[in-house]
Amino acid sequence: MEAIFFIILSIIIIFSSMMVILKKNPIASVLFLILALFSTAAMYVMLMAPFIAAIQIIVYAGAIMVLFLFVIMLLNLKKINEGGAVTLKILGVIVAGLMMVVTAVVLRSVAIPADSGFLRSSPEGFGTVENVGMTLFTTYLLPFEIASFLLLAAIIGAVVLAKKKL
Amino acid sequence: MNITYNLPAIGTQLVLGAGVILVLLADLLTGKKNRDVAYQTTLTVLVLAGIICVMKWGSAGAGFGGQVFGDGFASFFNLAFLAIAFLVVFNSPNYLKRNEIDHGEYYMLILIAVLGMTFMSSAGDLLIFFLGLETMSISLYVLAGFHKSRARSNESSLKYLLLGAFFTGFLLYGIALIYGQVGSTNLADITSYLAGSANPLGGYMGVGLALLLVGLLFKMAVVPFHFWSPDVYDGAPTPVTAFMSAAPKAAAFAAALRIFYDPAISLGLPWDKTLWIAAALTITLGNFAALAQSSIKRMLAYSSITHAGYLMIGLAAGNELGASGMLYYLFTYGFMNVGAFTIAWLVNRRGEGNYLLSDFAQLGSRNPVMALLMSIFMLSLTGIPPLAGFFGKLYVFSAGVKAGLIWLVVIAVLNSVVSVFYYLRVMVIMYMREEEGLKDLEKAPTVAITAILCGLVILLLGLFPGPLLDLARESVLSLL
Amino acid sequence: MNVLEPYMDLILSVVYLVGVLMFLTIFALLAVWLERKVSAHLQDRLGPMMTGGWHGWSQTIADALKLILKEDIIPAVADRKLFRLAPYLVFIGSLAGFAVLPFAHNLIGSDINIGVYYVIAITSLVVIGILMAGWASNNKWALYGAMRAAAQMVSYEIPVALSLLIPVLMAGTMSMQTIVQNQAGGFWNWYVFQSIPFSLVAFVIYFWASLAEVNRTPFDIPEAESELVAGFHVEYSGMRFAVFFLAEYGNMFVVSAIAATVFLGGWHAPFTFLDFIPGPIWFIGKSMGLVLVQLWLRWTLPRLRVDQLMHVCWKIFLPFSFANLLLVGLWVVLKG
Repeated sequence: MEAIFFIILSIIIIFSSMMVILKKNPIASVLFLILALFSTAAMYVMLMAPFIAAIQIIVYAGAIMVLFLFVIMLLNLKKINEGGAVTLKILGVIVAGLMMVVTAVVLRSVAIPADSGFLRSSPEGFGTVENVGMTLFTTYLLPFEIASFLLLAAIIGAVVLAKKKL
Repeated sequence: MNITYNLPAIGTQLVLGAGVILVLLADLLTGKKNRDVAYQTTLTVLVLAGIICVMKWGSAGAGFGGQVFGDGFASFFNLAFLAIAFLVVFNSPNYLKRNEIDHGEYYMLILIAVLGMTFMSSAGDLLIFFLGLETMSISLYVLAGFHKSRARSNESSLKYLLLGAFFTGFLLYGIALIYGQVGSTNLADITSYLAGSANPLGGYMGVGLALLLVGLLFKMAVVPFHFWSPDVYDGAPTPVTAFMSAAPKAAAFAAALRIFYDPAISLGLPWDKTLWIAAALTITLGNFAALAQSSIKRMLAYSSITHAGYLMIGLAAGNELGASGMLYYLFTYGFMNVGAFTIAWLVNRRGEGNYLLSDFAQLGSRNPVMALLMSIFMLSLTGIPPLAGFFGKLYVFSAGVKAGLIWLVVIAVLNSVVSVFYYLRVMVIMYMREEEGLKDLEKAPTVAITAILCGLVILLLGLFPGPLLDLARESVLSLL
Repeated sequence: MNVLEPYMDLILSVVYLVGVLMFLTIFALLAVWLERKVSAHLQDRLGPMMTGGWHGWSQTIADALKLILKEDIIPAVADRKLFRLAPYLVFIGSLAGFAVLPFAHNLIGSDINIGVYYVIAITSLVVIGILMAGWASNNKWALYGAMRAAAQMVSYEIPVALSLLIPVLMAGTMSMQTIVQNQAGGFWNWYVFQSIPFSLVAFVIYFWASLAEVNRTPFDIPEAESELVAGFHVEYSGMRFAVFFLAEYGNMFVVSAIAATVFLGGWHAPFTFLDFIPGPIWFIGKSMGLVLVQLWLRWTLPRLRVDQLMHVCWKIFLPFSFANLLLVGLWVVLKG
């Protein structure tokens, strides 16, 4: 049952991620991105992390993507400038293809050792709000606080760059 | 769940963090016209942080369950960041006022950038390292575009942001794979995993480490991930360029040493070949590109790529001499670059964003002191013996020889000879070229003081390299 | 029966879904009728009296039938796929909220442990649907309406979430059912009357901000009939318009029901001796009471301007919510 859900979700995620790049209409791209993010949230639920899933939807699908849509609609991009010469496109295809071959070779050769973290199962009550909160404010207190400074810098930076008259 | 926080381990960071808030509030309360309070507060905060850093030098130990270290290594780099930031901030108001971008946020962003760097140098956990890196980068993206009315500054910011975000993706993916393999982001855990595993690079570990390295190489502006740096350095406001070319580079190298120094030696991972090629390419490419520049800012940008290449030799050597040589090199390099950029914008003709080398014409007679200082910086960047730049190169090169990287060192030495051409060209222009219509330099005491300070530091560290090198060696030993 | 055993969950879910759909339809019909009557009486009129029987009770049914039977028009220049998809997205967003509403101690779609967050998360679907509708219509009024709606809903989501966190803090859980159970034993145990004045402030902020979330007056600038004709759904007709309409009334109920759940004791009676009356009646009664307040406000207050709307959110609701959250945190810690 779990495997079936995983495969369905994976197909949706990969398909919609590809459509994000392939669609010429930017609005359609953003909508597919939203679909990809929603499916990722569903993956988190399967990984026993419902809290992270809810946050993923609230922050990404709910806020950031809406701002994306918002900006694109404001700009009212109807046609994307195709840009770039044909040679560049061919070059891009070649480079991307090589990259894929290299990645495939590397990933095929990978054998996950038994002692690796990939195979460890998560402890009881792993992704609940209580546990996430508890670890966030004890073990990961310092990263949490640094992240708040990071966001402060980002907020101030956005205001500095965007506001006409400081 | 029990975890010892050991706050003294992040004493410097605490002062800086409080300082960020303080500067923000001070600037808010003291009105729009007057930025002096923000300026003075920033300088005070930097000095205070420096005092804490020196007082707690290397004695604070690990904090937050091994997520940060207040060891000598961290203290050494933190002091370097603080010194560079102090010098840059100290002479900034002059530039900012001249270009009418005198906003309090500038100081606050520099402080946050320094905060990020201090976390990079003291990180004992990939998570802390990543957050420090991002904190630094985001402040720098904004600082690069701080001159909003100039298209070049905008271009610089945008290029830096887009490429930086792209490479952050690599870095984070690498960290994620390492976490997946090890089950922890703690450097100590990763080291013990590598040491205990029969096939340390098996699974996704090799890919993860490689991606992590790519992200770091981007921040160091090492070939082939260097292409952003000339445009970004050129477009950014000059004090920011001075800051960017010195401090973040040092922070990236500090993080690289933290992450790769220990495992790389103990396990003989095949990094040295990768680093060998990257170093050789970086040195050569940076050098030959610098030859062709007519703008002092671009020339210095390419020169900073070259210097990153020299530093890579120390990393590739992977021995204790290389690491301590890098520390010495980075410390002194910061002063050279800040000094050179500071004089560059003072000399630059008002209203032009081009920073042509020809602006330096007759500087020898127009302002002999500045010309002399600029000569010192150029000679030190070249690596002429009695100056600090020479010893940095010497230590790093000899570490390379010791590690058997003879050909790499040969390439580096040959390139150093080539670099004499473009560094000395500045001096030739200053003392020998005649040009019409040049005015005297304006009086800018803070700039003069900064330049003189930098010059003095370089001279002193060049004449007496011993103490600093000992300190660097001690710091590196604290790393293990 | 044994054959169906493994599918019991699925069957129950479908039954529940059908029940909720029926409830939603009936509620919408009732609410539209109420809106007409309330607005009329507020304006000293009688409202529908002649058509549709006693006080025009069946007029809305006729309206609904008319909408279903009408021709479905898609503008020639519209983005057809998105235009068709949008109303259903909005409707799903509204309907999904019902999944965690505790109608009674044993009647809830799913008592997940992040119930409150789920509701906040799922409403984002509505925003996306509205933006889609506005853009796909290829009409400037629709686009204006959609942009206003998105700006408003994204902004007001923050005070809503922060105020909802206050009962969560007091209950120590995000599960809707547990939050309700913690408020048992008389109305003085309801969270709105606990930790006075913080939770009261939170309730007021939540209620006002939720009005903006569902685009009701005084925050109805996305629809603003007098300037934008009808906002994002101006190009919609027939069945699709009905779906939008249904979703809108569904949202009104959902936000009121959440307020009733986390602040007003959910399915608990105000006095313990009234416990013999079943939970769903109390729950729906409380929610309907809040819906009536929404109607009352709509016909009493004028519409805000866009800048005033943003001002209220970012400069009044947000700082108050933050301060409130801190103080309640302190209150919870001190209370032990």
